[in-house]
Amino acid sequence: MQRAKVLFERSLSALTPFLAVLLALAVGAIMLFALKVDPITAYGALIEGAFGSPFALAQVLVKATPLLLVGLGICIAFRGGVINIGGEGQIIVGALATAAFTLALPQAPAIVLLVGGMLCGMLAGGIWGGIAGALKARFGVNEILTTIMMNAIAAQLANFLLRGPMIDPIEVKNGTMLAQSARLPELSWLPKLVPQTLLHAGAIVAVIMAVVVYILLWRTVLGYRIRAVGLNAEAARFAGIRVPVYQALALLLSGVMAGLAGSVEVLGVSHRMMDGVSGGYGFSGIVAALFGKLHPLGAIPASALFGSLLVGADKMQRAVQVPSALIDALNGLVVLFVVSSDILVRRRAQRRKAAERKS
Amino acid sequence: MKLNRIGAGALLAVGLLLAACGTPTPAPAAPAATAKPAAKQVKVAVVMPSASNDGAFSQSMYDALKAVQASMGGEAAMKIAVSEGMVQVPNAVAAIRDYAQQGYDLVIAHGTQYGNSLTEIAKDFPNTAFAWGTATDTFAAAGVKNVFAYNPRAQEGGYVLGVLAAKMSKSGVIGVCGPVEAGDAKTYVDGFKKGVMDTKKDAKINVTYTGSFSDVSLMAAAAETHTKAGADILTGSSQSVVGAIGVAKDKKAIWFGTQANQTSLAPDTVGASQVYDWTGVIKEMLDLSAKGTKGGKAFELSLQSGGLKIVYNDKVSIPADAKAAADAAIKGIIDGTIKPLP
Amino acid sequence: MNELFTVPVLLGILYSGVRLATPYLYAALGEMFAQRSGVVNLGVDGIMLMGAFAAFFVVSNTGNLLLGVLAAMLVGLLMGLIMSFVSVNLQAEQGISGIGLYLFGLGLSSLLFKKLSVSTRAIEGFPALPIPVLSDLPEIGDVFFKHNILVYIAFALVPVAAFVLNHTTLGLKVRAAGMKPEAADSLGVSVARVRYLCVTFGSMMAGLAGASLSIGLINLFQENMTSGLGFIAVALVYFGGWTPLGVMIGALLFSMVNALQLWVQVKAIPIPSDLAVMLPYILTIAALVLGRRARQPAALSKPFSRGEN
Repeated sequence: MQRAKVLFERSLSALTPFLAVLLALAVGAIMLFALKVDPITAYGALIEGAFGSPFALAQVLVKATPLLLVGLGICIAFRGGVINIGGEGQIIVGALATAAFTLALPQAPAIVLLVGGMLCGMLAGGIWGGIAGALKARFGVNEILTTIMMNAIAAQLANFLLRGPMIDPIEVKNGTMLAQSARLPELSWLPKLVPQTLLHAGAIVAVIMAVVVYILLWRTVLGYRIRAVGLNAEAARFAGIRVPVYQALALLLSGVMAGLAGSVEVLGVSHRMMDGVSGGYGFSGIVAALFGKLHPLGAIPASALFGSLLVGADKMQRAVQVPSALIDALNGLVVLFVVSSDILVRRRAQRRKAAERKS
Repeated sequence: MKLNRIGAGALLAVGLLLAACGTPTPAPAAPAATAKPAAKQVKVAVVMPSASNDGAFSQSMYDALKAVQASMGGEAAMKIAVSEGMVQVPNAVAAIRDYAQQGYDLVIAHGTQYGNSLTEIAKDFPNTAFAWGTATDTFAAAGVKNVFAYNPRAQEGGYVLGVLAAKMSKSGVIGVCGPVEAGDAKTYVDGFKKGVMDTKKDAKINVTYTGSFSDVSLMAAAAETHTKAGADILTGSSQSVVGAIGVAKDKKAIWFGTQANQTSLAPDTVGASQVYDWTGVIKEMLDLSAKGTKGGKAFELSLQSGGLKIVYNDKVSIPADAKAAADAAIKGIIDGTIKPLP
Repeated sequence: MNELFTVPVLLGILYSGVRLATPYLYAALGEMFAQRSGVVNLGVDGIMLMGAFAAFFVVSNTGNLLLGVLAAMLVGLLMGLIMSFVSVNLQAEQGISGIGLYLFGLGLSSLLFKKLSVSTRAIEGFPALPIPVLSDLPEIGDVFFKHNILVYIAFALVPVAAFVLNHTTLGLKVRAAGMKPEAADSLGVSVARVRYLCVTFGSMMAGLAGASLSIGLINLFQENMTSGLGFIAVALVYFGGWTPLGVMIGALLFSMVNALQLWVQVKAIPIPSDLAVMLPYILTIAALVLGRRARQPAALSKPFSRGEN
C-alpha cells in the first residue's frame, strides 16, 4: 500500500513537467491566435518537427547533448548550494581551448585530438568556473556577480582571439575578415552516429558524463561533502567540512561540464570556433537541469524533452511562419510553468509525511 | 496555504480553459501550399541569424526578397519562407535541410557560420540551389556544384561615404561606431577611413568598437563620446547602431549608415546609406537555377554590379561639391583607379 | 596616455557615466528591494525590454512622454505580479523562474515590436532639462545638471530608497522578511504581502529602467536592445551590498569605466578594442575583491511558507 503510494508519487513527480509544458503551450495558443495562426496546425508542426522523422529525432539529440552537459554542471552547483549563471562564458572558453588545441596539432592522431581537445575544454571551463569559486571562497564575492561578469569577459576574449591570433587565414586572404577560427583538422571531428544528420558521438560522451556525475555526487566523499554543504551549510561546518572549499569545487566542476559542452559543440557540430557557439545553452541548460529535478540521471530525459521542444519550435516557426521571438516567449512560459509546477509534487510529499507522522 | 491552493487552481483553470477553446476551431489560415497557383510558383527560403526587421544585415536580404517577389507578381509567383534568429548552427542546419526537403527551389543561408554544414546538405539535395553569404567560396573545389556564394564589398560604399563625410565635416572630426572589429563591419570601417583620409589629410577619425552586435546602450555612449570629442559626422555598422542614430539626432550630427537604408529611423539625421541590394543577385540566382545551373558562381556585391547603392536622403542637404566628389569616388572605384582598402 | 587624462576627457567620462548609469540605477534599486525582502528576480532584463517597448510604442503613437513612462511602469507591474505569484505563492526556484521571465519578456517584446510597429523612427524623447543656477556652474554644470528628468529622478531615488529602507516601518518589514521571515511572521508581518510589494515595485523600476533607455537615452527601440543590461543590474545589487548607496556607487563605477574605455578607444591608445571593452567587467570584480563586502539577506531566494519551517 505504502509502496504503491510512493510509486504513484514518483510517477506524478516525473509527469508534472510534461503537464506543465502542456499548460504552457495552452497559454501560448493565445499568442498564436493573436497572430492569426491556428494553434492545432502550429503545434502539429511542433510535434512533427521534434519526432516526425529520423532526422528530427537525431536533431533533438544534437540539441540535448550540450543541454545535458551544461545541465550536469548546474546539478553539481545546485547540489553544492551555489548558482552558476556563467555557463555561457564557460562554454565559450571551453570551445576556444578545444579549437586552439586541435588547430595547434593538425598532424596528431584522432585519439589525441579528441581526448586532448575535450580535456582542454574541460580545463578552460574549469578555470572559468573556478575563478568564480575561488573568489567566493577566498574573498566572499558572490558567484552570481562573478559569473555574469565572466560571461561578458569570455565573449570579448573570443572576439579578441577570433579576429586576431586565431582568425582563419582564409578570411584574411579573401579580405572578408570574419571572426572565426580555421576549420579543425578532420581527424578531430567527433564521429557521426547517423549519416546525413548532425548526430555525433558527443551524445554518448554526455550520457557517460551523466553517470560519472551521478557516481561523483552520490558515491564519493567529495560528492557527499558537496551535497552536505548544499543541504545545510551550517551543519556541514559543524561536521568539520570546509564549506567555502567545497562550494568553490562545485563551481569549478560546474564549469568543467560547461567547458566540455563547448568542446563537444566545436568537435561535433561546428568544426570550428565562431560566434554563437554558446547559443544560450548556458541558460537553457539551467532549465534542463531543473526539468530533471537537479538529478544527473534525471537530466538525461529532461534535456531530451527540452531539446525536442526547441527543435520542434523551430519547425513550427518554419511551418506557420511566425517570428522567432514567439519561440522565445513560449520557452519562457514553459520554464515558468514547469518551475511553478514543482509545488504540486512538494505539497503532496509534505502531506504524506505529515500523515505518516500523525499515524 | 489557502492562497497557494487557490493560485494553483486558478492557474489550472485558466490553462484548461485555454486548451478547451484552442481545440475546436477550424484552421483559419490554411498553409499556402493548398492553393495551387496557375503558373509554377518559385519557392525561396532564407535562414538568417537576426530578425528580419533588424535594420541591418538580415533586413537587407528580407527587403530584397520582398522586392523580387513584388517584381515577379506577388505571392502567387514567388513564395518566401523565413527562418530568423538562427544564431545557432544546428538550428539553421535543420531549417536548411527541411526547406530543401520540402522542395524549395532556392535556399539561402544568410550567415557565414552556416557554410560548413551547407556543403554536406548540398550534396544530399543536388537538385536544389543553395546560396550562402557573406562568403566567396562556392565549395566547387570540394566537388559541390549547387552552392552560390555572395559577398558585399562593404569597403566600397564605406569609401564613398568617407569621402562625403570628409567633405561635409566642419569640425574635421569624424566618429566611427563599430560593433566587433571583424567581417563586413571591419571592411566597411577600413574603407570609410581610407575615403576620409584620401579626401582630407588632416581630418581626425576616431574609431570605437563595443564588442557586441546588439549592445545598443553602449553604442549610444560611444556616439556620445564621439560628439564630445568634437565629431559632427558619425557612422557605424550592425543592428545596434540604432543607439548611435538616436544620439546623432539629439546632438544634431549627421549619420551615415550601412547595410540597410537607415533614413527612416531618423529622417533629419541620416545623410546617406550604403544599401546592400541583393535583388540583382537573387534574380540572377533564380534565373541560373531555372536554367539548370544550381550553383558554382560567387557573386560580389559591388558598386559596379549595382548591388551596392549609395542612397541619399533628400531631407539632409548635401553640398554639391561633396556629391560630386562622391560620384567621382564611385567612378574611380568602378574603373579601378581607386582602391577602397589600404 | 597623457592625452587621456585631460580635463575635457575626464568631464566627458563623468557626463557619460552619469547618463549610462541611469538604467542600471533604476533596475538595480528595484532589484535591491526585491532581494532585501528575500526574492532574487533574475528576470530584470526581460522586464526592462517590455518596459522599453511599451514606453517607445506609446510615445511613438501619442507623443506623450508621461504616458510612455506610465505604460512602462504598468507593464513592469504586470510582470512583477507574475514573478511574485510564481515565487511567493508557488515557491518556485527563483534562479530559474527569473530566467523564464527573462525569456518571456525578451520574446514578447520583440514579437510585439515586430507586429505593432509598422515603421520605426526615432521619437522625441525626454529633452535635457538644465537645472537653474546649478547648470551654470563652470564645467560641473554641464556634467551633472544638464540631463533629462529621468536621470535626475534615478539619482534622487537613492536617498529616498535609503530612507524608506532604514527609517520606516515598511523598511523594517522588508528587512525582516529577508533576514528572518519566521520572526517577522510571528510579529504579525505578512511576509507574502511584503515580498509581493517589493518584487512588484522592483519590476516597475525595471520597466522604468527600460523606458529610460527607449525614451530617454536612445529614443528608439530595437529587438533585445538591453543586451544583458538587466543581468549586470542584478550583479550590481550584489556589488552594492544591498544598500542604495552601494548600488549607486556600483552603477557609477561600471558606467564610468565603460565611458573611460570608450575614450581609450577614441584617443587611439593602442589596446585592442575587445580588451578595452572587458575593462568594466574586470574592474567591477576587482573592486569587490579589494573592497568591503556585505552579508546577503539570510533568507535570500528561500521561499517562505508559514508553519512548515
